[in-house]
Amino acid sequence: KQFTSHKDPMLKKRDDFEDILEERRTSSDLRYALRCYTPVLYKGVTPCKTSVLKSMVLQSDQLHYVINQVSKESGRAADDVREEASAILEEMAHSLQLSTVRFFAFMLSKVFKTLFRSICVNEEGIQRLQQAIQEHPVVLLPSHRSYMDFLLMSYILYTYDVALPVIAAGMDFMGMKFVGEMLRMSGAFFIRRSFGGDKLYWSVFSEYVKTMLKNGYAPVEFFLEGTRSRTSKSLTPKLGLLNIVMDPFLKGEVFDVNVVPVSISYERILEESLYARELLGVPKPKESTSGLFKARKVLSEDYGSIHVYFGQPVSVRSLAEGRVNRCQFNLVPRHIPRRPSEEIQSFVNDSAYRLVRAQEENMVLKPWVLLASLLLQNHHQNRAAGQKPGMALDELTTQAVWLRDVSRQYGAFLHWPDHTSPSEVVSSGLSLHRALVRVCEGRVQLAVEQGVYLFEFLAVVVLSCASYRNQMLHVFVRPALLASAIHIASSNQKQEVFNSFSFLRNMFSSEFILCPGATVQDFEEACYLLVKTGVLQVTQQEVLVTERGHRTLAFLTSMLDPFLQGYQVVCRFLCEEDTETLTEKQFIPAVRKFIVNHLLAGRLRYAEVLSSDLQKNALAALQRLGAVRKIKGYVGFHHPCVPGWLD
Amino acid sequence: MASNSSGGGSSDRQGIAQQRLRIIAGHLRGPVDGDSTILAAECKAQGSNTDVSSEGKTVPRRRQEIMKWNGWGYSDSRFLFNKKGQAEFTGKRYRLSGMIIPGLKDWFEGTFGANLQHKTPPTPLLTNTAVPPATLNEAFVEEVKSTGIPFSHDAEDRVFRAHGHCLHEIFALREGKIGRVPDMVVWPSCHNDVVKIVQLACKHNVCLMPYGGGTSVSSALECPPEETRSIVSLDTSQMNRILWIDEKNLTAHVEAGIVGQDLERLLNESGYCTGHEPDSMEFSSLGGWVATRASGMKKNIYGNIEDLVVHIKMVTPQGVIEKSCQGPRMSTGPDIHHFIMGSEGTLGVVTEVTMKIRPMPEYQKYGSVVFPNFEQGVACLREVAKQRCAPASIRLMDNEQFKFGHALKPQVSSIFTSFLDGLKKFYITKFKGFDPNHLCVATLLFEGNREKVLQHEKQVYDIAAKFGGLAAGEDNGQRGYMLTFVIAYLRDLGMDYYVIGESFETSVPWDRVLDICRNVKARIIRECKDKGVQFPPLSTCRVTQTYDAGACVYFYFAFNYRGLSDPVHVYEQVEHAAREEILANGGSLSHHHGVGKLRKEWMRDTISNVGMGMLKSVKDYVDPNNIFGNRNLL
Repeated sequence: KQFTSHKDPMLKKRDDFEDILEERRTSSDLRYALRCYTPVLYKGVTPCKTSVLKSMVLQSDQLHYVINQVSKESGRAADDVREEASAILEEMAHSLQLSTVRFFAFMLSKVFKTLFRSICVNEEGIQRLQQAIQEHPVVLLPSHRSYMDFLLMSYILYTYDVALPVIAAGMDFMGMKFVGEMLRMSGAFFIRRSFGGDKLYWSVFSEYVKTMLKNGYAPVEFFLEGTRSRTSKSLTPKLGLLNIVMDPFLKGEVFDVNVVPVSISYERILEESLYARELLGVPKPKESTSGLFKARKVLSEDYGSIHVYFGQPVSVRSLAEGRVNRCQFNLVPRHIPRRPSEEIQSFVNDSAYRLVRAQEENMVLKPWVLLASLLLQNHHQNRAAGQKPGMALDELTTQAVWLRDVSRQYGAFLHWPDHTSPSEVVSSGLSLHRALVRVCEGRVQLAVEQGVYLFEFLAVVVLSCASYRNQMLHVFVRPALLASAIHIASSNQKQEVFNSFSFLRNMFSSEFILCPGATVQDFEEACYLLVKTGVLQVTQQEVLVTERGHRTLAFLTSMLDPFLQGYQVVCRFLCEEDTETLTEKQFIPAVRKFIVNHLLAGRLRYAEVLSSDLQKNALAALQRLGAVRKIKGYVGFHHPCVPGWLD
Repeated sequence: MASNSSGGGSSDRQGIAQQRLRIIAGHLRGPVDGDSTILAAECKAQGSNTDVSSEGKTVPRRRQEIMKWNGWGYSDSRFLFNKKGQAEFTGKRYRLSGMIIPGLKDWFEGTFGANLQHKTPPTPLLTNTAVPPATLNEAFVEEVKSTGIPFSHDAEDRVFRAHGHCLHEIFALREGKIGRVPDMVVWPSCHNDVVKIVQLACKHNVCLMPYGGGTSVSSALECPPEETRSIVSLDTSQMNRILWIDEKNLTAHVEAGIVGQDLERLLNESGYCTGHEPDSMEFSSLGGWVATRASGMKKNIYGNIEDLVVHIKMVTPQGVIEKSCQGPRMSTGPDIHHFIMGSEGTLGVVTEVTMKIRPMPEYQKYGSVVFPNFEQGVACLREVAKQRCAPASIRLMDNEQFKFGHALKPQVSSIFTSFLDGLKKFYITKFKGFDPNHLCVATLLFEGNREKVLQHEKQVYDIAAKFGGLAAGEDNGQRGYMLTFVIAYLRDLGMDYYVIGESFETSVPWDRVLDICRNVKARIIRECKDKGVQFPPLSTCRVTQTYDAGACVYFYFAFNYRGLSDPVHVYEQVEHAAREEILANGGSLSHHHGVGKLRKEWMRDTISNVGMGMLKSVKDYVDPNNIFGNRNLL
């Protein structure tokens, strides 16, 4: 009941935004940074000193148990293991200091005012969060599109006098000596990227997070997607931390935990071209203080506005109601770490997907997102038809208005200024993204010259545009899957269409956020939307496309087409490649080379297929479908399993 | 059904002969003699002039003579708000009787948002027309008549035995609503009477429901509405004698219908006690304790009922079950006592019990400790349990209950006492810095010889000090225990003003105590809100017993039901949710109230399929025709 029904997205009600930079532009940043900051904590607890927190963790029953266990198994002295645990904790723990926060508040005010036109926050969401923090331990789950995200979150919470979170950050930040410590003092704690079998590490980490959460010392913040999405699509949620924060509720240590999905939408992403390069295989620069310093040239550009939407707090208790039998913890002492039962794993997994969808739903889409998808589609169609490059400005405007209305019907949270004329909206969107598009003789085209030698540059532009297009994928993904299924299916029979839908959905389940096991619901939702918008007529037996539905359907299928083509080309690569097996490391470079050749030969239209993200997802899908097998770091494949229609 | 084979004509003759024997025995029987080591008594005379109540026994056949028909306890004792709006407690029976309780009104109005102007008085009289007519099994009635065992199908008698003290039961009575009630009541006066009744019931296929003190809070006494046979309530209240006392072995052989207060009083006359003191001991009976696995306040010294019984005699449709000796412990397969204890009247009637007795304690001392918060209090109780030095009773009330207890302070007689109270309050809240909204109180009761008690007391207070506890005087302690006796009377007062409530209990491992208390209280508040209760409910708990591996926790909850169309339904939903929460937090289905019909739905999950099968097969063997058809437990 915490989630609005997905059934009718048009009825979704969302809060209004308020620009927090407005006040910053008119009053002193210094006074703002030094103002009185008195947030209210959970049940009025007083904040806890880092040293006290650390000793609580080290003295916890769980850690005690694991230390003894490790000591027994490894033959090391318990004190020795305890030392190690203490060292892990030292490396990990945050040391939030108000002075550092104030420093950041001052600096970031300056930076944000230069970079962004506005930072818009839904104040009602803040009020709900404020309320939730007082009643229950709170977990903040922001979407992750930029390094900016967590500083921005803390900045906003400081602005509204809400308790500052402690934030799970990747160890890579620790590489930046000074900055790492600064972040630590502003509330970040650091976890290693992988610590698979390290029991002691896991135990220190989970106890540390739980201790903060249970006692309500601070909201815990982490990124459900685990890492920044380079493609602007939401990533498949990672479950480790979510498992940890749900555990205190499931074991009855707290009455409830509230999880607050936060959607941060950037009109223009700071790392835009960086991401594209990374996806193309240009390695990501190592985080370093000097690197950050060099990146200061971004300060001179305009990055539009940011929208931050604090979603409805989700009660873990109500999520678990009727799904998890909490009695399963009755027979073993709760401090003894155990692998979560299958019931709990599937519960956490489903919850994670629902939370990511809750993030997606409240992502604000700027008109540029519509323009980017229209321009991309046009770009590819033109390439195929060999027409004059680009799109007439007024045609783009007309199509954008059409797409505006369609996407609203499908429930998109579109920020289209209604009081401005469409042509102004379009041109302002284009001008902000002049690095990607240019207007030339009344025609809008991607900012690339024709020619082979600029191939890499073209790919960067296309991938950047694709990442903006991807921002609206969550709105259309289910209808688009249905549209493609209709396209593929051999007849109009509903069952046939459903089978195709189900196949596509299964194949793309690492590509898009599709809740596991929800095929029927997704199919029904897609049918509902397409019927409601007059695209389809669905009877008991048949699925029929209406006369006026073709335009929408064509739009939807071409939205999914690059992905289909991409998966297809990966299949072809696997089939045509001579060796029976190749290592995982070799896979990406090899498939990239293969794709480049196809692109150059004109056998493939979509440069975005060069995205390593797509290639990895395709491999994962083929593995899941049983076409490819993983043999200890090698990838092996069975030719006959590649589905026929892909050819 | 071996024991039932002596049916037919011979039983009449036997009956008459036995009756004569009884009369003779009745004449011969002297008063209980304190000098002899073994005191014996036979089944007393039927039809003789001996009036049971005149022997100083509490419970007459016609309970309505002294007790309320639609509320708790004695008719003469009740709370009311007098014309000045002050609360007072009527009657002469209790320490609180006849006293003004000045703080209660404010607490009551403040806690529940109740108003003395808004009354919900009960239906004053039981109207016989509201009682469904009795379905009698004529043949059975005739044969009972011929045995001379008293019986009745008077409407009042039947209604009295159709309920326990669950909220929904009392609420319905106050509204004058009466559902299925027993069709007949019989009053056996000894084991043999019971044997006869059970034989006749088997012979004529009538449904028997044993009735002891009527204090059940598990819907155990509710007549199954689907029962089509004649339902006979077997009231054990007249089987109330101590048959003998064995001072060599420190045991007493007692008829199972005796109520707690009589048992203790009579034993006290001989210098002994059982020490078994459930909160309901004024009215609950020995047989009831056995049938529900009761627990007493002072179990730390004397043990719970399972530790106290040495021998049990129970009459079942298959005959009488008992052990052949009184050895203090046996290794003879599963203990058959454990089939009987907790059987909740589904297998037979407990008629006689041999119980351990102890010399009366030479010295008793109450005490109390104030803790800065509940967490510290629980930690202290845990430590006391760990060191195995728990006093006879140790109970920890949470903050809400502390305030409740405070509101029940009777008017102080002198300025000096009120000055002292003020000083105490100042010391604890201002000087020691305890937050009046967080502090909580443990009440203590020590027993034994004077020296040891004082020593023990010091030990416990020393432990308490380690957890920030401050000794807070005997008076607070004693008042805490008084609360347990008057709480049920208070519920009736609440019900006069739109407030309904109930208590329920569980047992839980130590590491879960704080979690279960917090979560269940929060769940109650949440559920009340969700169900449209207008004012926040009273949701409070206390830890009432400590064990090596856990504790017993008691929850009280009550709310103002103004504005609700079906308050009892709301109440039941909240209680149901609270029980689910208890189970989800590792608590047991019941520590001592039993399962009855109220908690049946959770039995399978509680004891596993095989466990259910075991219990069912016992029932199937012992009572294949479901004569004991109260349908509790399974």
